[in-house]
Amino acid sequence: MSIWEYANPVKFMRTSGAILPWVVAGAAVCTVTGLVWGFLTPDDFRQGSTVKIVFLHVPAAMMAINIWVMMLVASLIWLIRRHHVSALAAKAAAPIGAVMTLIGLITGAVWGQPMWGTWWEWDPRLTSFLILFLFYIGYIALWSAIEDPDSAADLTAVLCLVGSVFALLSRYAVFFWNQGLHQGASLSVQSGERMSAVYRYPLYLTMLGFGLLFLSLLLIRTRTEIRRRRLAALQAREMRA
Amino acid sequence: MIELGKYAGAVIGAYGLSLALLGGLIWQTLAANARARHALERQESRG
Repeated sequence: MSIWEYANPVKFMRTSGAILPWVVAGAAVCTVTGLVWGFLTPDDFRQGSTVKIVFLHVPAAMMAINIWVMMLVASLIWLIRRHHVSALAAKAAAPIGAVMTLIGLITGAVWGQPMWGTWWEWDPRLTSFLILFLFYIGYIALWSAIEDPDSAADLTAVLCLVGSVFALLSRYAVFFWNQGLHQGASLSVQSGERMSAVYRYPLYLTMLGFGLLFLSLLLIRTRTEIRRRRLAALQAREMRA
Repeated sequence: MIELGKYAGAVIGAYGLSLALLGGLIWQTLAANARARHALERQESRG
């Protein structure tokens, strides 16, 4: 069996329809449990109750960057192999990524005000994250602006390649730019424990929940795009007849 | 009742805004999917 079988819309619809209920159930259980568990954690000795914002901020920021990387992979598949489902999956992922980026920016500002004394700072990570949000908006707008779907897929794929620079900057800016308010990674495999287990386990669960929530929404939105494409094809055929 | 102390506004604001955005995204996704499915079913039943 090859992964390219799922480039067939019929095969994709059948398989995604079968796994979707399980993914949705997993997303609901992990996200709700993780957020409730996180909300009930004790206050941090320095940050007080604002530490509870980590359970929204970190998963949303992580997904904002990962979704752009997923769009990059899907765009490359479109450019190289011309599989329509991959172009539609990239298109379907963009609004989810934009919302995740906005949640990361809002929760960061709300958290930053009491902790840093400012809502916003032109810090490398914050600035590259804001630019990533603008790229998401531009990507969605470009899809809407071009009527021919294949041309739209080509141009948005190129925009996605360019925007990947800012997605990677958002992730790694703190490592090579020393100035700025934003801390380094909250969780790291290499550097040992940076966060108490009291916060770490609900955070892992929320991260898993946000990942499954993205997968659920991605599958539903890609199915919507495939249906719209099929509808357009049927209407075009009817017009010609 | 959970005691959020002097940062209650920040915590509740962050959760409220985030959940509203996620709720809006989920609603828009499901509504668009239902519209597309019904439109396709109507078209297929005509042909």
